[in-house]
Amino acid sequence: MRPFAYLRVTSAQAAQHALAAHPHGALLAGGTNLIDLMKIGVASPPTLIDIGAVPLAAVELTPHGALRIGALAKMSDVADDPAVRAAAPAVARALELSASPQLRNMATIGGNVMQRTRCVYFRDVSQPCNKRSNGAGCGALDGDDRQMAILGTSGRCICVHPSDLAVALLTTDATIHLRGPYGTRTTPFLGFHRLPGEDPTRDTVIGPDELIEAISFLPVPVTRNSTYLKIRDRTSYAFALVSIAVGLEVHDGAIRAARIGLGGVAPAPWRAQAAEAALIGRAPRRENFLAAAEAELQAARPQRLNGFKTTLARNAIVRALGVVGGAT
Amino acid sequence: MRSARLSRRRFLVRSALPAVALGLGLRPRLADAARSAAVTVAPRGPIPVPVALEVNGQPHLLTIEPRVTLLDALRERLGLTGTKKGCDQGQCGACTVLVDGRRVNSCLTLAIAVEGKRVTTVEGLARGDQLHPLQQAFIDADAFQCGYCTPGQLCSAVGLLAERRSLDPASVREYMSGNICRCGAYTNIVAAVRAAGGAV
Repeated sequence: MRPFAYLRVTSAQAAQHALAAHPHGALLAGGTNLIDLMKIGVASPPTLIDIGAVPLAAVELTPHGALRIGALAKMSDVADDPAVRAAAPAVARALELSASPQLRNMATIGGNVMQRTRCVYFRDVSQPCNKRSNGAGCGALDGDDRQMAILGTSGRCICVHPSDLAVALLTTDATIHLRGPYGTRTTPFLGFHRLPGEDPTRDTVIGPDELIEAISFLPVPVTRNSTYLKIRDRTSYAFALVSIAVGLEVHDGAIRAARIGLGGVAPAPWRAQAAEAALIGRAPRRENFLAAAEAELQAARPQRLNGFKTTLARNAIVRALGVVGGAT
Repeated sequence: MRSARLSRRRFLVRSALPAVALGLGLRPRLADAARSAAVTVAPRGPIPVPVALEVNGQPHLLTIEPRVTLLDALRERLGLTGTKKGCDQGQCGACTVLVDGRRVNSCLTLAIAVEGKRVTTVEGLARGDQLHPLQQAFIDADAFQCGYCTPGQLCSAVGLLAERRSLDPASVREYMSGNICRCGAYTNIVAAVRAAGGAV
């Protein structure tokens, strides 16, 4: 690990000021991703700004009825929170199926949505990677692409986003609360993560001098009737090959609202809006679920070794919709 | 030299550090400073700086670089080699310790970041000659072979029991999945954890 200077701040305002004062500094929350990246040479901030003591860990219902999850709430605490489990089972389940108990005790909600890809070419500094250094090339394009994306790729990057939580949050119409030099602002969670396009280096739209204070969403029928399914090479403690979060609102035998997020298939958490649109007004039946899955996956462009992900995603969509749709 | 350029505030903050070990408390000063928008807390390091740790109830004052992990501080500075270095990247769980009673990976934790918190390692589980119930249960159930993962398994299991989760076998397996055992002693580890938790 490259040497760095360390400072601890105890307010969000002080954290933002420290970010502004140390332009190449990095925020340290749980550290489970950042310290790892620093050890392998992918990240080398000259200054670490420890925000672990900043009071942003609360999970609370706001006066407007929204569930507000502080950026520094630990994954384990949010997964166990009764309000979260009732408001959005998919979010709680996604957290439970993430990483390991130890890592969930360390890692935070804000850090989770900011985590970098697990792409082996990104993590190996001897390999070219446009996400580390745009223009360097992409080792995955001609390499082992079994884990890579089938949707939302570009000629510069085919990695997958690793977060389970971010996929589940796509079922919620969440808002992300940011602090910057201007004070605070909000931005929709949908659109917070960027696809690589011509510049894979930036994973999100967050500014260099901004930090996340909270993520909030309104519990509604579609979030309350939701679930998360994660398919991986082993049954625990692994990143997803394909994951899916679904929420359905069904009235009088017809789907009124649908939210579908996919993980393990794209460089950003993937909102399956084509599949959602195909479900509206339909009965919650298997053939409609299959049609929705195929509507979404028409856009899939597998690499050489990951064609199985298209099939896996289709089957996962059908299965997860069956869980919340009450049909098989 | 870096030290010759210390600002007054930086000097004050640094001078305050040994006070932690004396129980006078650095945190309120930093908190006061951070609350004032006009004041910036000076960074510490990258050269070695005083870091006050509490491990197994004992205070320690180390002089280490901010980049030293808790795992390396425990093993290389404090001689507490019970905590094992396996993968050193948060994937095997051999380095599991308890921080404020919660299990964490010490390889991904900076020592400087746990100032003011209680660290418990496998050396801190027994009470004198009286083994911790989980240590006894691991012996009784023959829950290890080579033993390298065992300190991490034990600390993780202590954390699991404190979390008061279901102790049915599937739940124990899931909630112990952050600890890899290359010998494959999992069956007996699950039995030991359940026995210590009173589930059998």
